[in-house]
Amino acid sequence: MINTITILPGLDKAGGKENYRHLTLTAGETVSIVGPTGSGKTALISDIELLAQGDSSTRRRILINGKIPSDEIRYNPAMKPIAMITQNTKCFTDLSTMEFLKIHARARKIIDEKVIIETIDLANKFTGEKIDRETRVTVLSGGQTRSLLIADAILIGAAPIILLDEIENAGIFKQEVIDIIKNTSKIIIFVTHDPVIALLSKKRIIMENGAVKKVLSQNEFETKAAANLLELDKQVGFIREKLRAGDEITKDLIKVNFA
Amino acid sequence: MKLLVIAGPPSAGKTSLTKQIVRRFKDEMTIAFLKIDVVKAYEDIELGREFKILTKKIYSGDLCPDHAGVMVLGDAVEWAESKNADLFVVESAGLCLRCSPYLNQGLGIIVLSSISGIHAPEKMGAMVSLADIAVVTKIDLVSQAEREVLIQKIKDVHPNLILIETNALQGTSLHRLYELIKQSEEIDSDKLYLKGNPPIGTCTICVGKKEIGWKHHFGVIKKLDGQIAEYLYRGE
Repeated sequence: MINTITILPGLDKAGGKENYRHLTLTAGETVSIVGPTGSGKTALISDIELLAQGDSSTRRRILINGKIPSDEIRYNPAMKPIAMITQNTKCFTDLSTMEFLKIHARARKIIDEKVIIETIDLANKFTGEKIDRETRVTVLSGGQTRSLLIADAILIGAAPIILLDEIENAGIFKQEVIDIIKNTSKIIIFVTHDPVIALLSKKRIIMENGAVKKVLSQNEFETKAAANLLELDKQVGFIREKLRAGDEITKDLIKVNFA
Repeated sequence: MKLLVIAGPPSAGKTSLTKQIVRRFKDEMTIAFLKIDVVKAYEDIELGREFKILTKKIYSGDLCPDHAGVMVLGDAVEWAESKNADLFVVESAGLCLRCSPYLNQGLGIIVLSSISGIHAPEKMGAMVSLADIAVVTKIDLVSQAEREVLIQKIKDVHPNLILIETNALQGTSLHRLYELIKQSEEIDSDKLYLKGNPPIGTCTICVGKKEIGWKHHFGVIKKLDGQIAEYLYRGE
């Protein structure tokens, strides 16, 4: 059972030591990693994903439940407590969606094949373009790939720690994604430029120049700001789907209230 | 002297991996490096310039490159030992996929790229199934799920292979590989053998006869339908 992960400081881009003693994330916590492009956000989550032990470019170390994870946990995919969705929305594997998930389930030592259909069904909740089980993963669109990989991380990866790198970028229904994963006892870490996702997280890690600059906890005003933004976001989403469907903006639609 | 034999298809990341290994060990070991290739190779020059280590290369030219490897490896081990090398790294291009260059001593490492295609591990035969360690490179280019699918495919070919995932350009997560190199035993150069079986010997195609169709050839021949074995060594 994983209760905490602890990040021990490494080096910033200039080779200076990071300015914190340790950073501990607890089960059930949602965390956002924010900061400008190139500030080291992706490097931080890839350290977590690889359970780095001073052997990544940042030299950080990651502890699980306060201890150095065993080699078995680090290197055996079936034991890996982490599922990561990267910004890569291209699959190179020439397999159908069904075959791809089947092999992944086998890698994760899942015997019940029901999970494969469930994963495809869940992915179809995250994307407007339906994924068919026979579709080859190489031809899935960016949004379909990301939806499939998120559903795969939740059901097949079934990991207690989920890392999501800029999920807002690729045509998916992010609200559905957040709703489904926030009600778990997992540690969820978002790398994000999206204010709604950042404000909805309990903790915010701010990155600069390859290093953790500071860590903030969500305050009550931010929860309210998030609720407002969420409303706005739904309206933007509504108009976006209309435009995508080829609709015109009419008198009715312009009444959408942005206040 | 410790021995590493690194194999894998072109552009898989063998040289990037070699560079990380050399960078890690150059201050505590004398390292010698041999590159075996067919037409052109620059790795010896690059590594020599960047790390000031001992390097050599050979081109196999018209000879089968694995055959060439077997021929020169005895001399090469002698050369590395004469220079008091502590670690001898042999980088071989993965070519026809019939054979593998690994020896009965030292470590055999297969380097495979994350984007090399899902059937690559099966197609590469002995190069995967006789390796001690597989290093999967370019992991920053694909999703975790896809990497796990590729690893599962590699494990299907060789269940006991030690798997290491890395971005070889940055050298991430190679700690375990360095430990395995450190723990690997010194070789006894009088008792070095190929791990895999060499291919079946010469036939008329091997010596350069260009006619099409089995009727024109002696040696190992095959009809469009039917087993190879029925016609093995047809001869006269």
